[in-house]
Amino acid sequence: MIFTNAKYHKAPLDNPDNKNTAVVVEINGVESWVPMDEANTDYAEILRQVAAGTLTIADAD
Amino acid sequence: MSNARNLANLLGTGTQITTADIADEVFLSNKNIIKNGAMVVAQRATSVTGDTAGGSVKTVDRMNPEMNAAGTWTQSQSTDVPSGQGFVYSFKLDCTTADASLAANDYVAFGHRIEGLDLQRLNYGTSGAKSSILSFWVKTNKAGNYVVGVQNVITGSTTKNCSFLYTVSQANTWQKIEFPIPADTAAAFDNDANQTAIIYWWLAVGSNYNTGTLRTTWTNNVSADFAAGLNVNLADSTDNEWYITGIQWEEGDVATPFEHEDYATTLRKCKRYYELLEGSVYPTDYSSATLGNYFWTEEKRAVPTVTADTNSGGHGFNGVYKSGGYFYKSPANHNSVANIRGSSEL
Repeated sequence: MIFTNAKYHKAPLDNPDNKNTAVVVEINGVESWVPMDEANTDYAEILRQVAAGTLTIADAD
Repeated sequence: MSNARNLANLLGTGTQITTADIADEVFLSNKNIIKNGAMVVAQRATSVTGDTAGGSVKTVDRMNPEMNAAGTWTQSQSTDVPSGQGFVYSFKLDCTTADASLAANDYVAFGHRIEGLDLQRLNYGTSGAKSSILSFWVKTNKAGNYVVGVQNVITGSTTKNCSFLYTVSQANTWQKIEFPIPADTAAAFDNDANQTAIIYWWLAVGSNYNTGTLRTTWTNNVSADFAAGLNVNLADSTDNEWYITGIQWEEGDVATPFEHEDYATTLRKCKRYYELLEGSVYPTDYSSATLGNYFWTEEKRAVPTVTADTNSGGHGFNGVYKSGGYFYKSPANHNSVANIRGSSEL
């Protein structure tokens, strides 16, 4: 799968510390909301690609 | 006289068979570790063309072709099935661009991934580890020796592998294969909801994957061993196709008849990994924003990745739970969100 245009997202509710809660990323061209949960295999792949230097994640708005 | 006694008499030689034996060996339900082994559920699509990379579920639920630079493939839910077995669908791989000269790292395999929670019944890593058996029906135009293997992906340790060589002696003929899987008393399956076992049906491999030794007992992973003995390159011609159905992994040394499930049960099992909430959800006002809730009909394995087929209002998804989440837009936008999809594949 091809991951592009990654950007952090902060949940607007139930997020008292205003933390990043998801990565918005195009997966094979489809806008996808990937939770920051390492059990989620899309997030695990994002972490792998970030570590490999092939993907960067922009800051949240 | 009890059925157990009748059965014992039929077997003769004074064999003592208890009711418990019969319950364990004959009438055991929910015996199949494999989900959607009859290929009946295909939530995403029934056919996808142009696949060169594999690695994700694209048609039949829970079924992952795995590929690396070995031709181009169409995968589909096929109605070609073994006769008289009660199946209506199979999974088909059809080569549409050939690769007759595989590089060392190239491969095509059919895969099925299993979470650890579903493997604990085998008691691996203990003195009571159980033997088991994998059975399936397969058909291809290309006769030869094929390999199927199971990998135990162990967190913090080396993955282990156990494989089996089978021969397709007659082209274009359905045949049932039985792979006895020895117990592993040394290494447990992780007890979590993550990818723990992967079954690979190897169909074409480069020299990195078949120049070792076929491991018929559980052995630490060596890539060259994975498909040792495979003498077929299913990618070598666009005439090639491969079908599989009726996959069953069960305890014991004897492959019992495939356990057909009602469709709703299989669909519910598949929704643990992927679900489409078909239809439109209309957000409501929430202060100066708009907000809509969604709830999966089946709790997911992990918090899922969320997409929507239509989201013209630009709502953001906040799927922070395994059971659902909400979408939100500030300032407000009242456009509906249609066909929300959640994926928590292994």
